[in-house]
Amino acid sequence: MNGKPAQAGAASPLPRIECRQLRKSYFDRASGEEVNALDGFDIDIADDEFITVLGPSGCGKTTFLNIVAGFETSTGGTLALDGAPINGPGPDRGVVFQEYALFPWLDVRENVEFGLRERGVPAERRRAMALRQIAAVGLSGFEKRYPHELSGGMRQRVALARVLVNDPKILLMDEPFAALDAQTRMLMQEELLTMWSSDRRSVIFITHNIEEAVYLGDRVVVMTARPGRIKEIVPIDLPRPRDVTSPRFNEIRRYVTDILHAEVNASFAQMRTAAAA
Amino acid sequence: MISALSKSVTRVMGKSAATPHRRALPAAHRWRRLIGPLFCLALWYVATSFGWVDVRYVPSPATVAKTLYLWMWASPTGDPYVGTWFMHAGNSVYRVLLGFFIAAVLGIVIGGLIGWFRLISDLFDPVLQMLRPVPITSWVPFAVIFFGIRDASAIFLIAFGAIFPIIVNTAAGVAGTPRALVRAARMLGIRKHMLLPRVVIPAALPYIFTGLRLGVGLAWVLVIVAEMLAVKSGLGFAMWDAYYFLRMDIIIGAMLSVGFLGFLSDLAIKALSRRALKWSVDV
Repeated sequence: MNGKPAQAGAASPLPRIECRQLRKSYFDRASGEEVNALDGFDIDIADDEFITVLGPSGCGKTTFLNIVAGFETSTGGTLALDGAPINGPGPDRGVVFQEYALFPWLDVRENVEFGLRERGVPAERRRAMALRQIAAVGLSGFEKRYPHELSGGMRQRVALARVLVNDPKILLMDEPFAALDAQTRMLMQEELLTMWSSDRRSVIFITHNIEEAVYLGDRVVVMTARPGRIKEIVPIDLPRPRDVTSPRFNEIRRYVTDILHAEVNASFAQMRTAAAA
Repeated sequence: MISALSKSVTRVMGKSAATPHRRALPAAHRWRRLIGPLFCLALWYVATSFGWVDVRYVPSPATVAKTLYLWMWASPTGDPYVGTWFMHAGNSVYRVLLGFFIAAVLGIVIGGLIGWFRLISDLFDPVLQMLRPVPITSWVPFAVIFFGIRDASAIFLIAFGAIFPIIVNTAAGVAGTPRALVRAARMLGIRKHMLLPRVVIPAALPYIFTGLRLGVGLAWVLVIVAEMLAVKSGLGFAMWDAYYFLRMDIIIGAMLSVGFLGFLSDLAIKALSRRALKWSVDV
């Protein structure tokens, strides 16, 4: 639980993300109480590391991601990206949202170009970059489609292309495949890994799906129910591509399931006492 | 590898994400939209030819058609209702266009500010909501005093009346901009002052067009009111003037004209919104 990257041989001396005793509390008007969404979150993430975060719903997974993204600010502790504190959102941290958050009035190419355009990249250059990235996520031929004409899986590919074209230092993914059907989901997981293994950047991937967490991550961060703390960081030492039917995979999956189960029960118990109060 | 991916993508392309609950009408059935108007015309015809109503007060369709023909196409003879239609209609159209244009520009700007900035909303929204239910006719005396019996009066009244639905709808659309879109744009590195034109206004566009459609309908109501009370030309003025001479045929002719022109302007806005909202599923 001391948050040392499990990965050996990380090239950079500094971790990409350094998170110390990160805390987030806010005043909940409905209950009139101070709520601790995150309480003493400690983790270092290497610049080529794929981290999955798993926990009961409402445990603060998304809060952590939002703080790294710069959408929310912490109320305690420190968080550094390459040694510098985070100050608002920016294209160096690419966020992929569960609900896609594509701009529905822009076609695929314009969506992918959005960030480049806003940052003043000349039209011709950004078009070439966008087309290359669209091809990389397998959407060539769909450049002129609008998001509502695409399936969920295709929308998420666009969302991915839209952040990858900015060459971010870290990819932040908030349950990106949760809305997809099982087959599309598996396909997307594989493709994500293929892309990641060629460019090896940091990924923080939030999910509530245990198999997904174990399949994707170098390490799985299992969180506690509120207040959100790290319960355990489970290194996944399986070589990729991983076989989800192998005994070792299932051993790890069972191990993670047991930890999580205890937490889910605790979270329910909390809700019951809160309801009874 | 990429071509294999594209293939798998094409496979799922079949299902459309969301479709409106009403299918488009097959072209062969379009004619049924004429049934309603034709039925009204028939009823009118029957009522006047069987003496259900006094034709001095409700002239027959034939009388109105003849009057309208003379009013529109005959060369002017000095009779105020011969050959003057285009002059009157032109005046009304001009006032509607100008008044509506002002309302649209100001309404979108004001509505955008109210929808986006909490402070502006808190400062101005209560005033707006109190002004909104006040009938526009009560502003006529002020319009006449400040602008005189001139175009400006009518244009002021039209703009002032038509701006409310535009403001209210724009504000609702802007305030309802999905937070995820704003976050996505900020994550992609947008400068803060570009959020409004690049994200918020496009996201609110469906609401803005609803406001514009309501606004243009209201503009036609208002132009008639304004012309009855505050200027001496236009279809509203012709209507009011004809009333003094009990020229009911002219009144009905003017009513039909306004209805038709209003219908045309609604079609124009609809066509515009279909172009601007081609990305939206529910146009």
